[in-house]
Amino acid sequence: MRETITFILNNQIERVSGLPGDTTLLNWLRQTRRLTGSKEGCGEGDCGACTVVVARRGDDGVTRWHPVNACIQFMGMLEGVSVTTIEGIRPTDGVPELHPCQQVMVDRHGSQCGFCTPGFVMSMFAAWCNGEGLEPDRVDTTLAGNLCRCTGYRPIAEAASSLTHDALLPFYERQRRATEATLMSEIAHDDTVMLTDGQRSFIAPASADAFASLYARDSDCTIVSGATDVGLWVTKQNRHLPTMLWTGRVAGFDRVTQIGAQWRIGPAVTHEAGLAALAEGRPDLGEVMRRFGSLQVRSSGTICGNIANGSPIGDLPPMLIALASEVELSGAGTSRRLPLEDFFIEYGRQDREVGEYVAALLVPSAAAPFFRAYKISKRFDQDISAVMGAFNISVSDGHITSARLAFGGMAATPKRASAAEAALMGAPLTEKSFARAAAALDQDFAPISDMRASADYRMQVARNLILKYGMDCAGDPVPRLAGYDSPLVGTLAGAAE
Amino acid sequence: MKDADFISGQGVSGDIHTARRHDSAHKHVAGSAVYVDDIRAANDAAVVLIGQSPHAHARITACDLGAVAAAPGVLAVLTHADIPGQNDCSPVYGDDPVLAVDEVCYAGQAVFAIVAETMQAARDALPLAKVDYEMLPAVLTIDQAMREGSWLGPSLTMESGDPDSVIAGAPHHLSGRIEIGGQEHFYLEGQAALAIPGEDGDVTLHCSTQHPSEIQHKVADCLGLPNHAVTVETRRMGGAFGGKESQGNLPAILSALAARAIGRPAKTVYDRDDDFRLTGKRHDIRIDYDVGFDSDGRILAVSFDQALRCGMSWDLSEAIAARAMCHADNAYHLPHLRVVSHRCKTHTQSNTAFRGFGGPQGMLGIERVIDQVAHHLGLDPLAVRRRNLYPHKSVAEDQLGMTPYGQRVEDCILQDIIADLETRSDYAARRAEIEAFNRNSRVIKRGIALTPVKFGISFNTTFLNQAGALVHVYTDGSVHLNHGGTEMGQGLNTKVAQVVAHEFQIDFEDVKITATTTGKVPNTSATAASSGTDLNGMAAQAAVRTIKARMRDFLAEQHQCDADDVVFDTGRVITGTQEMSFADAVKACYLGRISLSATGFYATPKIHWDKVRSQGRPFYYFAYGAAVSEVAIDCLTGENRILRADILHDAGRSLNPALDIGQIEGGFVQGAGWLTTEELVWDDSGQLRTHAPSTYKIPACGDRPPVFNVALFEDGENLEDTIHRSKAVGEPPLMLGISVLMALSHALQGVGGHAYPMLDAPATPERICLAARRLGGPGVRVGVRVGVRDDVRDDVREDVRGGHGPA
Repeated sequence: MRETITFILNNQIERVSGLPGDTTLLNWLRQTRRLTGSKEGCGEGDCGACTVVVARRGDDGVTRWHPVNACIQFMGMLEGVSVTTIEGIRPTDGVPELHPCQQVMVDRHGSQCGFCTPGFVMSMFAAWCNGEGLEPDRVDTTLAGNLCRCTGYRPIAEAASSLTHDALLPFYERQRRATEATLMSEIAHDDTVMLTDGQRSFIAPASADAFASLYARDSDCTIVSGATDVGLWVTKQNRHLPTMLWTGRVAGFDRVTQIGAQWRIGPAVTHEAGLAALAEGRPDLGEVMRRFGSLQVRSSGTICGNIANGSPIGDLPPMLIALASEVELSGAGTSRRLPLEDFFIEYGRQDREVGEYVAALLVPSAAAPFFRAYKISKRFDQDISAVMGAFNISVSDGHITSARLAFGGMAATPKRASAAEAALMGAPLTEKSFARAAAALDQDFAPISDMRASADYRMQVARNLILKYGMDCAGDPVPRLAGYDSPLVGTLAGAAE
Repeated sequence: MKDADFISGQGVSGDIHTARRHDSAHKHVAGSAVYVDDIRAANDAAVVLIGQSPHAHARITACDLGAVAAAPGVLAVLTHADIPGQNDCSPVYGDDPVLAVDEVCYAGQAVFAIVAETMQAARDALPLAKVDYEMLPAVLTIDQAMREGSWLGPSLTMESGDPDSVIAGAPHHLSGRIEIGGQEHFYLEGQAALAIPGEDGDVTLHCSTQHPSEIQHKVADCLGLPNHAVTVETRRMGGAFGGKESQGNLPAILSALAARAIGRPAKTVYDRDDDFRLTGKRHDIRIDYDVGFDSDGRILAVSFDQALRCGMSWDLSEAIAARAMCHADNAYHLPHLRVVSHRCKTHTQSNTAFRGFGGPQGMLGIERVIDQVAHHLGLDPLAVRRRNLYPHKSVAEDQLGMTPYGQRVEDCILQDIIADLETRSDYAARRAEIEAFNRNSRVIKRGIALTPVKFGISFNTTFLNQAGALVHVYTDGSVHLNHGGTEMGQGLNTKVAQVVAHEFQIDFEDVKITATTTGKVPNTSATAASSGTDLNGMAAQAAVRTIKARMRDFLAEQHQCDADDVVFDTGRVITGTQEMSFADAVKACYLGRISLSATGFYATPKIHWDKVRSQGRPFYYFAYGAAVSEVAIDCLTGENRILRADILHDAGRSLNPALDIGQIEGGFVQGAGWLTTEELVWDDSGQLRTHAPSTYKIPACGDRPPVFNVALFEDGENLEDTIHRSKAVGEPPLMLGISVLMALSHALQGVGGHAYPMLDAPATPERICLAARRLGGPGVRVGVRVGVRDDVRDDVREDVRGGHGPA
């Protein structure tokens, strides 16, 4: 096991050792390397002021550039990757003086106080490198993880969408990428690595065997995937995690494979990487995922991690439950599967034995024409839901033959509404059937009040979502206010113009 | 060719009235703009972490910090006993202890401070503190404060005419209540201060503050030093919005105390959650109103009761409440008006300045009244708004309107702005189309509203309306500019540098903008009240004119011409028949032993204010604007979004149209956020539950109006002699966001029924969904349970949410 983390920083090889395993990239950049262009705005991955770009080469040999919140990225997660910060994107010879992603922000008055600006520029830079995400209709999604309090975003969004995805890259960028690729190849290896100061360790096993044996040896360790939640245990709760075991470097853990009628999602598959498979034939799932976290969060956070974490709200679990997904648990040489809804036992407790870990998520791959998902939150983008409803029915001869109605935010765990489901079974596919099912919902849930919503609203909106689902399925669909199929922004306002 | 400023030509780069980019833009985008926590010395500085009260109101019965002090990496632990001078960080009334003595008055209050080598060491030591508290009863909500008579001072009344009898005799009468939530500033850069100890016990601070002078004074008082021993410097802030007017005092004082205790630099940089818990916010407010009006929608008289939640101390609440009173009329001529202001004292964060400074809350009261009056009469609210506007500036002097506080409104141009905007936005046709749409749409309803803004410019507190500047000209012709204002992103430095470049007729690039420091310009006011450019631009202009006068006198003598014939023109100085470059002219003056450095000073004329009687002319002039917002709501879920916004705003003769547009757009979105997604929730023990961006939702990129047409009012020109006839633009646009709430109200009216929506703010999906339910909108109605809850909605809400803020 190597006790050094090797990565590229602004096209220079960095070797880091002897640091506490929970050292964050942002603290290291700002305090150790004195690269203060990346800012801390929240320390929890919600504002994007610390956004840096992490380049990874996939198994297919294609390099992707991911925007990442440096504030909740542990140093050990950088093994083998290339990190670019705001200090690293200007052409090295100073011609031109600024990178195009920087220059457009100057030209279009995209900065006022300037504190969020480096993060915005880096989000744009990632999209610019990937050659997608700067189209006018995608800019909001590309920038959803970056908060600005000064400008009202118009000049920033216009700056971003004014950047072109040129087929012919400028010379300095071709050179930068060539160097980046060479250096990444140079530092690549297949060893397990560890970052430790003797007190707190971050271990990145390279193989499934190594992962399993390390976990068997120390089942008290904390399994980390994207650190989009565990990162906050450190930055916000000041929890000391003696050992973190990372899924992200394990060969094969990042695979999405189709096995029979199921997608098999490995433990290190990020939301971004799994999106295409999960959303195929179920556009609502794609839309909820688009709003889930931000590009920064989705580029790090993993689907299995989201499940293992057992959040009572988590937008994914209700959708996956509605789709009749299964979870696969492995540990100590054994492996078992259970329906996802059975995995969540109570708040903070899942059906996971000591020594077990979430090895995969198995999601039916068949299209689900009646699948719908509704995410209700104070803000459309990057907000934790007050209520999340995900529904799926089968219909035969105009009657409902199966129903899975799953909710987040209505109980201590993501949970199916069995009384409402029962009310739907065998009922005709009419709005009235859904209204009746909605009425039964108080047998299923007694939600709480918190800072996101009152119990009254939660129950009302949950009932209304079932009604809305009925409208959507029974032929009088309600136009969406936001998202892929919203007619409001394009046509209504446009027509009025 | 020469004008009164001895200027000819308009050829310099970055001149006034041009869209010069922000002077730091190239540094912002490169990550090389330096904020407090980026300063090199800050990297080696010890860090300060504040130990906060877990309780809203309690007596401290024991405090044992021995284990904290002994923890590894801890250099010192500070309590109130370590303060040599005054234990106070308040801006006005001496009622904000730096560190609590024997009582804590809000959850989050600073009790002690850990000074440590690293933040990790400080955080590890924090839980070792043993502080015992004896719980005391806490007053948390406006309702509770009003019930229990918990006020900061006696309630104030502003009154004109005879509102009671006019309301009683009016053909129509309505009364109601609106509850409006507060707002967290959410500047992206949290509070930050770095203190560097010097010789003789002096201290130099780098602070993220709108008010370096106040920090200088507070640090000096706290350390028991004369003011001259403390220097405060501010290069820039990562956003402020009023939240760094007084709230920077605490971290600065703690940094100075720590630096003194350990003899090393020390910094206090708030973590985001600590920032939320420690600092004050926009005041939430409850407004009760009675209004009498006629059938045409003319408002005959209004009586407002404004109850603001101030929190545990005064902070700036007195002036904020005054501004709320002074904007209870907004743009409307209300000869019979009463405004009663209750400044509620609660065991919560001490609420503070926030863009608009009480004005937005006051204005929202009358906008709600107008909306409800229009609904009652079945009129377009725009017609009612028009009917009640202050008379246009062009009317005969004796026809001009008088505000309830006794200031004549001489510059009203809202008739012009509204007419122009109505056309640009196609308001009437869109409103008709929306109402037709709503009749045919069961779940989705749309709404549109046009609301005006009239905002008074000047600090309500008259003496604050003063500013200074310092200008040096070096022998190569380059210019060093310093003034008392602070840069928080608004582009103040850019505008003032434009003024200086114009005045000298040199290129913008030849003017060096330097960090604000109490060592160069003393006794300054906060950069606040939108006054930054008005005050500092004039002060800088005065400094330049002093230097130019000296240069003219000297050059006239040297070149044997009249001083009036010496003209500054596009990088040159013309002396009668000869001309030379500016740099050569400067060099000649230097050789002639002429002083090339000057201070400038400005005090706003004409203004006065009697705060006890709430009468006077508090404002030099008014800034105007109007916005049309269109929204859509989903009645089943309460989800809502802005579809389009059109804005026409008056920046006078804009010094910099690009920066002004930036203020307008940013202000609008911030105002819309205040009234929609931004909800502060305290629980029933007084804990703030929304203390990070995960739970407190400011607008994101996708929340901006997808169609967003913003323009400056083309005929804008300040009637008063402000800097190049421009108008202040920092705060007024925030209140354009009120149009969003009114549009949401219009959308809810599309649900049908006869009841008025009575929509409180922020209009979260929850409030809209439940309002739609009250109005009989679509959705599932089940049995007794929901029905009962509906009837006792406010009580339920108070139970479950701790009831602060708006129910």
